[in-house]
Amino acid sequence: MSNKLKLADFNKLFKDLDVESLEGVTIEGDIELNISGGGGLNPAMAYALGHEAAQISLHIANIARMLGYPVDQLFAEGMGLVPPSPATVAEPAIQNLIDSKFEVAKIAEWNTPIQEVTLGATSADGGSRKKTVTLGGEKAMPYYFDAEMPHRNYVTIDVFDMPISMAKSVKGNYADVMEDPAEWAKKVVNDYNADMVTIHLISTDPLINDTPAKEAAKVVEDVLQAVDVPIVIGGSGNPQKDPEVLERAAEVAEGERALLASASLNLDYERVAKAATDHGHAVLAWTQLEINAQKELNRKLMKQCNVPRDSIVMDPTTAALGYGLDYAYSNMERIRMSALMGDEELNFPMSSGTTNAWGARESWMKESPLAGDSDWGPREYRGPIWEIVTGLTLSLAGNDMFMMMHPTSVQVLKEITQTLFGSIESTPTDISNWVTAEV
Amino acid sequence: MKVNSPLEAYKYLPKTNCGRCGEDTCMAFASHLIDRSNKATDCLPMVEDDKFTKKLEELEALLAPEIREVTIGVGEKAVKIGGDDVLFRHKLTFFNKTAYAYDVTDTMDEKELLERVNAIQNFKKFYVGDFLSVDMVAVRCVSGNPETFATTVKKVMETTELPMVLCSFDPAVLKASLEVAAERKPLLYAATKDNWQDMAALAKEYEVPVTLFAPNDLDMLKTLAKTFSEMGIDDLVLDPGTMPTGKDLKTTFGNFLKIRRAGIEGDRDIAYPIMAVPLTAWMAYDDEISASYWETVLASVFTIKYGDIMIMHSIQPHALLPQVHIRDTIYTDPRKPVTVDPGIMEVGEPNADSPIIITTNFALTYYTVESDVSSNQVDCYIAVVDTDGIGVEASVAGGQLTAAKIKKTLDDAGFDLKDKTSFNTVILPGLSARLQGDVEDQLGSKVLIGPADSGRLPGWLETNWPPENK
Repeated sequence: MSNKLKLADFNKLFKDLDVESLEGVTIEGDIELNISGGGGLNPAMAYALGHEAAQISLHIANIARMLGYPVDQLFAEGMGLVPPSPATVAEPAIQNLIDSKFEVAKIAEWNTPIQEVTLGATSADGGSRKKTVTLGGEKAMPYYFDAEMPHRNYVTIDVFDMPISMAKSVKGNYADVMEDPAEWAKKVVNDYNADMVTIHLISTDPLINDTPAKEAAKVVEDVLQAVDVPIVIGGSGNPQKDPEVLERAAEVAEGERALLASASLNLDYERVAKAATDHGHAVLAWTQLEINAQKELNRKLMKQCNVPRDSIVMDPTTAALGYGLDYAYSNMERIRMSALMGDEELNFPMSSGTTNAWGARESWMKESPLAGDSDWGPREYRGPIWEIVTGLTLSLAGNDMFMMMHPTSVQVLKEITQTLFGSIESTPTDISNWVTAEV
Repeated sequence: MKVNSPLEAYKYLPKTNCGRCGEDTCMAFASHLIDRSNKATDCLPMVEDDKFTKKLEELEALLAPEIREVTIGVGEKAVKIGGDDVLFRHKLTFFNKTAYAYDVTDTMDEKELLERVNAIQNFKKFYVGDFLSVDMVAVRCVSGNPETFATTVKKVMETTELPMVLCSFDPAVLKASLEVAAERKPLLYAATKDNWQDMAALAKEYEVPVTLFAPNDLDMLKTLAKTFSEMGIDDLVLDPGTMPTGKDLKTTFGNFLKIRRAGIEGDRDIAYPIMAVPLTAWMAYDDEISASYWETVLASVFTIKYGDIMIMHSIQPHALLPQVHIRDTIYTDPRKPVTVDPGIMEVGEPNADSPIIITTNFALTYYTVESDVSSNQVDCYIAVVDTDGIGVEASVAGGQLTAAKIKKTLDDAGFDLKDKTSFNTVILPGLSARLQGDVEDQLGSKVLIGPADSGRLPGWLETNWPPENK
């Protein structure tokens, strides 16, 4: 390249090339454009030079394209026309974060609050309880940010009117009081932080002791004397005997606003409902994992038996973790959502027989009966957590009140539900470096 | 998913009922697109014929879940997370069970490390015909040393095929481990507002999914997600921070709800799987039992509410058992009753002297009884009574398990007790003892009352079978 070419000559040279016929082109040496304008370069001259340079670039680009070089991409990038294609760039080309604001709407369909139901009556209301418990009032799914939850969850601990067989790790806590329901009740309130006591009159079952209703009612009086929290009165589950037992119990508990457990479709619910309305108690409407049965029973209690809305609590049945909790969870969740969206046959507070968790073999059996299972570990640790997780799951589905047994389960369940409710203070944990935490 | 009914999906199909997908009709195929048991690409005519290409693309876009699906790991053990379309499981079902990862650290000595990895990968718990197990190993860099970490990751890989989460905030550490582990497609943990450029470069270079960590800062979390997406990185997992106690935990719970709700409702910038780290319970509690209990409580809360992947520390059985069970509970399709077919099942090689055990067709009950006897090499018959999928105790109370139903089960199977058995005796579950008289009358047989829990059947049979007099 010893000959000097004017820019215009250079341009002309390429202009007439039929680029499609180029074969075996080699470009040797450096192409040097020496533009020596000095200070005297006038604008017209600069424009002309620029034009020539652009023309040359175009021609060279055409040749480059012929040789398979990605010319357009280079041009586009060079001119800042498009972002670089990721395929050709190793490093992320974004230099700054794309600022973004997070927003989410509240759920508008939840427009009907859950009915409030108060249990227990103080002297001002003609009773002798020192505390009352109010369930319900929710305007959103539990612990959701859509609306404040007005009342926390409550735990009522089971007490029986006779010694019963129970899992070893539960029994250990009650061995000293099992012969005396009143002492048992005191223990669960004073030592185990029960918000309420449920007295189950199971000895009245004709197949157990067939204790007369009148005698069973005496146990209710004893329990009311022993503790000052609201109480739940449970029968034996015998559909023939329960109405009579609950009638007598309701009579002796008059004025204390107890919860009668239970009215169900398989017994004379009218008698149970009448016992509640006659003596100022609330009634637990129990059905078996069936949303339509629950609607039917609630409707009958309201319309046929004239039970006031503020005196109905539902028990849609608790199945234990691993033993049908999948159904119990969705059943409660569907009930609560229908209620929030306006179903007035379902918008009542809910109760769970969380104690059912102790029926799961994982909670009480010493070791797995199956050779293929990994070690189950000590049952003393398994049992309480089974009851906790069963209750916790239903709390997230909308359950308001838990019937429980193991002191550890009660303590942990209360801690987690009250944490999610927002009433537990604690020292914040700095989690920003959890990856390196020594645990 | 933007389509809800089979009819809407059907519109895109060839409507020739050619049957090549294995379904009889295109409408049947469409209904399995909606329940996700078929994929659009299972329709071979749509894949093969160019004229359907556009419709196939449209259909696939409509069927794509609202929450992105992210795959971690390779091969059979790979886990998929995300992919959900609803906020409440009864509306459809939740897909892709929460992936459970348990931690190891690069400061463990080799013996401890390998024992722990083996304990994680070998854990199993029988449930409804199969074993429940856990999915992943999270390797935490505590040493701060890239080589140490890479060596640990290599040892984990040599011990297990479980997918890994590689945890460090130092890009140099993660780069060293990716040199040995990238082919296994581990999940990177984590990109933050401080290291995001280097982490994005790693995710891109090694083509692995990456977690974005912005503790209690949803604006930053979304900012990071949007930025990564703009860079062409869409295999993302979001960690809004798991603050383990008090009002902070309530806030964390709210954060999970907010992210998922926004994602399902169509905010594509934040529609990614969410990570919870219940391990932080160990930073708040000193004693092991409290920490493992609280960790299990956090794991349960965030399995129920929208955690798609989580990292835990305790591998004690009392923590693992409820965790795998709550996950199975939440990810069981609530629309399908879990039942088995009624009839007479044979376990082992029963003969005329073998026991015949009555149970229900609730899948859980049946599989529990079946595994209790088969794993103890008991040869027997199990008479599975159709109780509408209700367990023993409840079906006795509700009238689904009756003497007449038991008789019908035997009759339908053509199973004559006098003809086929030597003892003319059946065994009723302990919880159905009250049916004894009725069953004796109806079957004209003797009835033994078995234990309340079938786990005790093998021991019970040793003393009670064969019955005393023929």
